[in-house]
Amino acid sequence: MNKLITIPEAEKGLPSVRTDLGLLQWISSVDHKQLGIMYLLTALLFFVAGGTEVMLMRIQLMVPNNTFLSPEAYNQLFTMHGTTMIFLVLMPTLIGLGVYMVPLMIGANDMAFPRLNAFSLWMTLFGGLILYFSFLDGGAPNAGWFNYVPLSNSNFSSSKGVDYYCIGLILTGIGTVTGALNFVVTILTMRAPGMKMTYMPIFVWMMLITAFLILGAFPALNAGLSMLLIDRQLHAHFFSPSSGSPILWQHLFWAFGHPEVYILALPPFGILSEVVPVFSRQPIFGYRFLVGSGIAIALLAFGVWAHHMFATGLGNPVNGFFALGSVLIGIPTGIKVFSWALTMYGGSIRFNTAMLFATSFIVEFTIGGLSGMSFALVPLDWQLTDTYYVVAHIHYVFLGGTLYSVFAGLFYWFPKITGRKLSEKLGRIFFGMFFVGFNLTFILQHILGVLGMTRRVYTYPDLPHFGALNMASSIGAFLMGASMLVLFWNIWTSLRKGEKAGDNPWNAWTLEWYTSSPPDPKNFEAVPPVRSARPLWDMKHPENPDWKHHH
Amino acid sequence: MKTMQTKLLMKFFIASEAIFFISLIISYIYYRHLSDVISITDNHLDATSTGIFTVFLLASSGTIWWGRRGLHQGKPKTLALGLAITIVLGAIFLYGQGREYAHLIQDDITIDRNIFGSAFFTLTGFHALHVLTGLVILCIILGLTLAGDYQGTDSAGVASAEIYWHFVDAVWIIVFTVIYLIPLL
Ligand SMILES: [Cu+2]
Repeated sequence: MNKLITIPEAEKGLPSVRTDLGLLQWISSVDHKQLGIMYLLTALLFFVAGGTEVMLMRIQLMVPNNTFLSPEAYNQLFTMHGTTMIFLVLMPTLIGLGVYMVPLMIGANDMAFPRLNAFSLWMTLFGGLILYFSFLDGGAPNAGWFNYVPLSNSNFSSSKGVDYYCIGLILTGIGTVTGALNFVVTILTMRAPGMKMTYMPIFVWMMLITAFLILGAFPALNAGLSMLLIDRQLHAHFFSPSSGSPILWQHLFWAFGHPEVYILALPPFGILSEVVPVFSRQPIFGYRFLVGSGIAIALLAFGVWAHHMFATGLGNPVNGFFALGSVLIGIPTGIKVFSWALTMYGGSIRFNTAMLFATSFIVEFTIGGLSGMSFALVPLDWQLTDTYYVVAHIHYVFLGGTLYSVFAGLFYWFPKITGRKLSEKLGRIFFGMFFVGFNLTFILQHILGVLGMTRRVYTYPDLPHFGALNMASSIGAFLMGASMLVLFWNIWTSLRKGEKAGDNPWNAWTLEWYTSSPPDPKNFEAVPPVRSARPLWDMKHPENPDWKHHH
Repeated sequence: MKTMQTKLLMKFFIASEAIFFISLIISYIYYRHLSDVISITDNHLDATSTGIFTVFLLASSGTIWWGRRGLHQGKPKTLALGLAITIVLGAIFLYGQGREYAHLIQDDITIDRNIFGSAFFTLTGFHALHVLTGLVILCIILGLTLAGDYQGTDSAGVASAEIYWHFVDAVWIIVFTVIYLIPLL
């Protein structure tokens, strides 16, 4: 900016927990900003749990034939790690960012149903706590995050863990569905005057599409979970190998599970589409293509679930159909990558921490997408399924994709949420450590998978390279763990002494940057006229507003 | 604005609920094709009696519509009457379900007996649970109506309760067709 304007500091932030009504005020809150923060804290709580679980696993896997963990403990840990990270960390993080940002980005003062919003948060938290209570009641679930029957039937999993899995996930699932309902109604009915659908920030678009994916996908999971719980508690026969059908569980689970991948990928696409333009100083390239490809991905997502089941003997015609659908998803995803790349092309890019994570996302997610393509090819899938190649793939998608974007979004929006910037110096150290640790851990697991190391087994024999590759993978994991301490330290110190941000520290263009940082309890008294996707650009550049151009 | 939003919320909610029921219904049909157990056991079902109780449930969709139309015309008493009849009809339907369950259990057909029992009691049980939820909602709304809460001609609560009730009805038509009518063909 060449024109320096002193922006007054926000006087009233969010109520502190130190004031008289502090904690009670937060617990009873229906404000979307407080609930958004509580979503993020919920995710943080479970992130520490899920991270501890995987660190124990990586210690166990450092050397061949290790006895640090028993097989029983290891089974519980990998099950809880996967379930936690997907349902209790990534979901609440993305929904929390949405709950905080969507009303601000569309110029609304809250979600459409504030009390329902609170209900969604508390269901998510209590569902997670109930899942974790299993540790105190005879052992955590131990049949993997997708909990295949008949392993999870009561005769093979006799502890109560799987029951807690069913109940915990049904409860968080209800919270997720009500959250999605709230997003849909909020986005459809509460946009600022003038904000047509095609003027919405792409993050808002992606949250809208994600909400529809949730409404379509979670009921299938809930049906499966209910049937499994009825099997286990009332001795029904749904998934019994002799009188029911174990394969039906896989169909129901993956009819949810594949859309779930996009529930965890579309909001990140949205975050990228906010961060990349702002730090490239150019409007997003191909707005309509980004939105359209998001919708295409959502539709295709419901038609490809059986690519998780190629090894179950569905027959070649079925396999071929689902293989083709899965390859097709590469097209809209590729369109998005080109959009971001072309947004950066020729721009004056600021490589701060948010942008470092955003650009790395594009690379890492592409690797995850390509390794995913190798599973769409049925014969390769038969070779690689249930090996560490799958583990590597899913982590490139969920860490290299989703988590990188969350970090980009965190560094981008932290000033709005707290009024202070995160330290760039610590941010770069964090990025470097995480980037190296992540790639070290998971690149090598592709090789381990090709060599034939099976996943979900508590140890491995001393075969050539296995020990060395696993040791290096564990070192990478510990580097990632250490990098998280740097991030936490950064958040802790920046909350107190970070550089004050002002309303619009990045000179961004969407409405959340129009209000104070942090926003007052009432977000807006008024919003500027919205006549394009970049209302704040139009406001600052009356001589050259976006709405004068056709695009 | 609020009525529009609440109705929208309810519509998307029942769309999502519909997928839950579709999952259960597809499972039922799938199990039917998988083994003979369902087609052997389902001759214990009483299609005639259940058909009669189905008529009560269908009629209740009409009475709730009539009641809500009364509210539109500024006649909250019509609404109260419509709701009361709807609740009675819904309760009669649930009584019919209970009778059917009792007969089956007398024939020793239970949820843990075989895959028919599992699929039948789960699908109809979840539907009955939705009817019961609807009855609770309608009772609350009836109470509010009698307390004079609905003075205007429109109400978000009444409108969305009506949508939900029609949904519960529509689901039953499909469930009844799949479980009771198709085996008769
Ligand atoms: Cu998939």
